[in-house]
Amino acid sequence: MKGLLKIAISLWLSTLAACSDVALNNPYVQNEDQGKVIYSSFSERPKHLDPAKAYSSNEYGIIAQVYESLFQYQYLKKPYQLEPLLASSMPTVNYFDAQGVQLGGSPAASDTAYSEYVLTIKDNIQFQPHPSFNLSLHKHLPDDWGGDSLYSLPQSSRVLTVDDFIYQIKRLADPQTQSPIVGLMSNYIVGFKEFSQTQAALIASKPQLDKVQRLQSVPMSGVKKINSTQFSIRIKGKYPQFINWLAMPFFSPMPWEADAFYNHPDLLSKNITLDWFPVGTGPYFLAENNPNRRMVLSKNPNFHVEYYPTEATEQLAKKGLLRDAGKRLPLSDKVIFSLEKESIPYWNKFLQGYYDASGISSDSFDQAVSFSPSGEVGLTDSMLERGIGLQTAVTTSSFYLGFNMLDKVVGGYSNKNKKLRHAISIAVDYEEYISIFQNGRGVAAQGIIPPEIFGHVEGEQGVNPVVYRWQNGPQRRSIDEAKKHLVDAGYTNGIDPATGESLVLYFDTMDSGPDSKARLNWLRKQLDKLNIDLVVRATDYNRFQQKMRSGNAQLYMWGWNADYPDPENFMFLLYGKNAKALHGGENASNYKNPRFDALFERMSSMENTPERQKIINKMVAITREDAPWLWGFHPKAFSLYHAWYTNANPNLMANNSTKYINIDPTLRRAYQSKWNKPVYWPLLLMAFVLLLLLLPAYRIYRRIENAKAL
Amino acid sequence: MINYILRRLLYVLPVLLGVNILTFVLFFVVNSPDDMARMQLGDKHVSQAAVNNWKQQRGYDLPLIWNQQQNGMLAIQKTIFFEKSVGLFFLDLGLSDNGRDIVADISQRMWPSLAIAIPSLIFGVLANITFALLLIFYRGSYLEFGGLFVCITLMSISGLFYIIAGQFLIGKLLALTPISGYAPGLEAFKFIILPVVIGVISGLGSGARWYRTLFLEEAAKDYVRTAKAKGLSELQVLFKHVLKNAMVPILTGIVVILPLLFMGSLITESFFGIPGLGSYTIDAISSQDFAIVRSMVFLGSFLYIIGLLLTDISYTLVDPRVRLN
Repeated sequence: MKGLLKIAISLWLSTLAACSDVALNNPYVQNEDQGKVIYSSFSERPKHLDPAKAYSSNEYGIIAQVYESLFQYQYLKKPYQLEPLLASSMPTVNYFDAQGVQLGGSPAASDTAYSEYVLTIKDNIQFQPHPSFNLSLHKHLPDDWGGDSLYSLPQSSRVLTVDDFIYQIKRLADPQTQSPIVGLMSNYIVGFKEFSQTQAALIASKPQLDKVQRLQSVPMSGVKKINSTQFSIRIKGKYPQFINWLAMPFFSPMPWEADAFYNHPDLLSKNITLDWFPVGTGPYFLAENNPNRRMVLSKNPNFHVEYYPTEATEQLAKKGLLRDAGKRLPLSDKVIFSLEKESIPYWNKFLQGYYDASGISSDSFDQAVSFSPSGEVGLTDSMLERGIGLQTAVTTSSFYLGFNMLDKVVGGYSNKNKKLRHAISIAVDYEEYISIFQNGRGVAAQGIIPPEIFGHVEGEQGVNPVVYRWQNGPQRRSIDEAKKHLVDAGYTNGIDPATGESLVLYFDTMDSGPDSKARLNWLRKQLDKLNIDLVVRATDYNRFQQKMRSGNAQLYMWGWNADYPDPENFMFLLYGKNAKALHGGENASNYKNPRFDALFERMSSMENTPERQKIINKMVAITREDAPWLWGFHPKAFSLYHAWYTNANPNLMANNSTKYINIDPTLRRAYQSKWNKPVYWPLLLMAFVLLLLLLPAYRIYRRIENAKAL
Repeated sequence: MINYILRRLLYVLPVLLGVNILTFVLFFVVNSPDDMARMQLGDKHVSQAAVNNWKQQRGYDLPLIWNQQQNGMLAIQKTIFFEKSVGLFFLDLGLSDNGRDIVADISQRMWPSLAIAIPSLIFGVLANITFALLLIFYRGSYLEFGGLFVCITLMSISGLFYIIAGQFLIGKLLALTPISGYAPGLEAFKFIILPVVIGVISGLGSGARWYRTLFLEEAAKDYVRTAKAKGLSELQVLFKHVLKNAMVPILTGIVVILPLLFMGSLITESFFGIPGLGSYTIDAISSQDFAIVRSMVFLGSFLYIIGLLLTDISYTLVDPRVRLN
């Protein structure tokens, strides 16, 4: 026991001695705290880091720093604009009719059978150093390699080629990859579906065939190499949004060597796979990946020349976002993502300076944010004293309450059906919801398109007249007006004539925990204003999804996060051919309006022109009138940054923004040591109290020992 | 004794088979292979073809327990149950539904769990026994009443409160240890101090009262009176004789959990950012990863049975009267 105690004390003392210039509560290893290191976190391990599979924001937070696409969103420009990244220029798009004759200009979608994207890549882009480029390692790993670190193996690199892009497109189509966009791309890329079918047949008939050989042995008819720096992708019809897909990690180049290398059984048994250890051309490479503890991105020594943007909107320039204009990227050397599952420790460590940036949870909202009498958002004094900055941005997301249009009561397109939905749309007060449940972090939606996406209209013109009237701003219509709609719908005072009792509606949700109780009660109260009874049918995720797929829900709540900044990516959620119950698409309300569908088909293949805006306005008006959704709200992201963390800009489309972030490590160290001075006196006080307790204990001990036994 | 151990080990097989069947039934009552596929593939743009492809790649396209399209033994063998269960009995846990090697995951995550669990157990047991013996020593005095009051107070507070208050007080206000985090090797020391201290303190109330009950029973026995009559001091009686004779129930509580220590603690690991196994099973249930769920339940049952066997064996070591046959 004494020995153990000695070891423990000496260990702690040696740790303290080793970290003499570091605060005792520093959660990082001392030698990592050098240079420009960004400290961030993740709350759950990413499912995939393979760009063909990854499709969620936490996965993009990592892989978008490692893999690069042909295009990227300009960091300091709004509205969102694409610029070349691995491409040397924006693509040339050629259009063809059904006979294969090239069409000039920008032909109508109805005339266009195919669009061909001719893509040119930059010269001399190098992949990161990686063992996969040592071809000798594909068959045999060194006998003395312990498997502890992938990067302890001899590394090499090579120049990026167009074959790497083509190989990745084939990977997307490969049934073994199980890419989430395989169904979607089958509808667009010529030969994609056929390639996928051929690969499935090859897997079945020749299971011994190596994956790389299998993919390389069959061409994809719509994807062609033109020369060493050019290739083309042919898609069906006209689909201008395709370029947005090319800016996503799905279309990042993948060297065939990576697939061949990671196929080694020794690597598979150590969980070293392409899904966990990416191989890219980006500003960083994943130097360490322990998804249960931390992931470390280190600067890619082979990263090509790229500079911080020199142009920005006036507003961003004023915020100092051009301070590093023209500097070589990336500006920071390393990013350490630590596992932090709970929000309380995360928040406390942010306040200690051990995380550079933080969102704001509901628990800490009042501690961080204050509202001025005029309603302006600001930081509390304690945050300002720490030099913390705040940035807010309305996200390109929508959280809505949907009606199942196939339902006999809330669905349908007759005037009566619409009036019931209009009444409910007025009664459910989303401003109140945002105030109560979002701490004011959100904007009540006026339609399907969020702000900062083409097609969104601000001001009086953009107000939903079904729910609001304009009186120095949007004012929600009164509950009396909602009740009038209810009368028109045939439910006077909310009474269902069929039963003679209050109309009963059913809300299907997978939100059944204690946290959601208040939210569900609030929703009940909203419908109670109309004397409508809302029955909550809480269920688990599987059953809820099943109900939605079979069209058995009545009311439901759902959300959508933009894939790319185009109205088509929201409007398609109401396109008839995407009805979930009928076609398995993303139109969960099963909304189908031929007028809307016809306009959608026109709008989706158009460039962002005033004519497109007119069509969008018509579509928005149709959906407001039909009201298949209560448009809900667009969440507002609040982010806090320490003074040493600069160039943060809430560009919600730029997943690869880490390369722009700059860190002042000297300032960080100064703040950290100021905020984390150890306090010893309570320990001494505790020891003193224990000593005091020993006195009576000793007195009683003496008494017991001196007492007669019997 | 060897016969006894062999016999007990043979009992393991039907128990594990039963546990395996129960896990399988409970899992697939709640989740269908289609649900599992949709969970893994995500919410966006998932087609039925992609779902079918996922199931086919992972062997979830087979019938659950009986394959009507096959004859003879193949009707049982060509099923999800058979294909996913047989490997377990050879300790081949295979790949998770997410494609990761389960054995590699467990062997990586068990060490941080052990780094917390072992010192928590050792220091916890030592603190509990010492505190309980002191309560016995001072029985009838105001120190005993004070000690019992402290025990009841400690028992009345939620475990989560200890963690949050400990992090706030020691990690934030006093800035003596990191609030959360982990590092391998000796660096781990500064990260495990706080969870271990909190683990020991939070368990002290109930632990000390439990041991006090055991010791009180022993302290009332004749040999204690004899020892005192022979002139042994109170401390000698307690720490040499009472403690030794109360070892059987103490061992019952401790040895049985020894093999399970590496399974970790969900809440402690979650709040302290310890990359252990505590959340492995829960995360797998949330993500409907049957491969991990069945493996962890199987492993947990197996280790629990081993723990019970070790307990029986340990009885023979501390009490010569116990014979295993």
